[in-house]
Amino acid sequence: MAGEVKTKLSKNLLRMKFMQRGLDSQTKKQLEEEEKKIISEEHWYLDLPDLKEKESFIIEERSFMPCEDLLYGRMSFKGFNPEIEKLMVQMNSKCKEEEIEEDDKMEADVSDEEMARRYETLVGTIGKKFLRKRDQRVLRDEVEEDVNSNTIPSKKAKKKFLKPQD
Amino acid sequence: MAALVAEECVGQVVLPGDVLLLPAHPDEDAERLRLSTGAAPRGRLLCGPGLRRCEAGLLVTKCGLLRHRQAGGGAAAAGGAYWVDSQQKRYVPVKGDHVIGIVTAKAGDLFKLDVGGSEQASLSYLAFEGATKRNRPNVQVGDLIYGQFLVANKDMEPEMVCIDSSGRSSGMGIIGQDGFLFKVSLGLIRKLLAPKCEIIQELSQLYPFELVLGMNGRIWVKAKTVQQTLIIVNILEACEYMTAEQRKQALAKLSGN
Repeated sequence: MAGEVKTKLSKNLLRMKFMQRGLDSQTKKQLEEEEKKIISEEHWYLDLPDLKEKESFIIEERSFMPCEDLLYGRMSFKGFNPEIEKLMVQMNSKCKEEEIEEDDKMEADVSDEEMARRYETLVGTIGKKFLRKRDQRVLRDEVEEDVNSNTIPSKKAKKKFLKPQD
Repeated sequence: MAALVAEECVGQVVLPGDVLLLPAHPDEDAERLRLSTGAAPRGRLLCGPGLRRCEAGLLVTKCGLLRHRQAGGGAAAAGGAYWVDSQQKRYVPVKGDHVIGIVTAKAGDLFKLDVGGSEQASLSYLAFEGATKRNRPNVQVGDLIYGQFLVANKDMEPEMVCIDSSGRSSGMGIIGQDGFLFKVSLGLIRKLLAPKCEIIQELSQLYPFELVLGMNGRIWVKAKTVQQTLIIVNILEACEYMTAEQRKQALAKLSGN
């Protein structure tokens, strides 16, 4: 009987952060549901019929700009204000040029093959930069050994402390 | 209140309360088509000024001529656009519109601008190119400012800025000294701002001058002399009521002098 009393902890206590770990999934779910219920009861909502799916393909727009493709409002003619004339060209050709520019960008300056070739050499060079000095030497030695494995063993003898002769 | 088919009304007068019916898009049919032909997804229809969407289709809220543009005319209207071309003089602020405002007051961090709307617009002193807390723009009461609306709600005070999203002015800011400001109807402004507008093209052949057109119906003109400025002003004002023929005659008379 004493044990039963012990297990019955209050809901508010069970909801606390440090109590969550010990809970089994069922009580957890129950608690969550209750919480949701409280929240949804407290929420206000508009008692309106749902908008129909059909209407979603219409966009409302209050401005004439996108409808009529109006020009930029500042104009200058025959070189009265060169700054504005430059701006006019820039603003009024914006929409037309964007498409052209995009096309230009899509054309690759470097072909795929050349890119691959460049990267091949780049991987080693950049990779070396991030290695520690000691590892770099190891890497270099390995490469050299591969290259002249059947010829002379690498000339570089390991640096040793030379005892003074006397 | 009359229900009309939208496509048949293009170019005709529509009145507030009219309902424009759009061609039905039965989903089942569309589904079948997509399966069989792999058709491209349909773009969204743009419903411009003077129209409001409702359950049946589009509800007209202004009287004027119904206009339509086919899909693919611009990036904004992938599925075509309907709007009402109306004649009015009262400007209603719209987000993104470029307008000419007159500074009426300096109140702390804000300037109050008269833009011709029901309420004065506010403009922060930080909304200029290169402005910082220490480096204030030199704006006086009475100055003309070309800017665009950042906030334009029916329930809120409109707010203007003189920089674009990248922080550059791109022509916005204080409009220089001198020049002449006058007001025309909103319809004429749209006519003048339309690409390949004949009036502007003809005027540009006359002599050097500068022009600022605000969507709120204000036009600012400056030429080398006061006389030249006033000639442009008179022509633009008269364009409201002149036919193309009359305008050409008037311009021919001018260029002959």
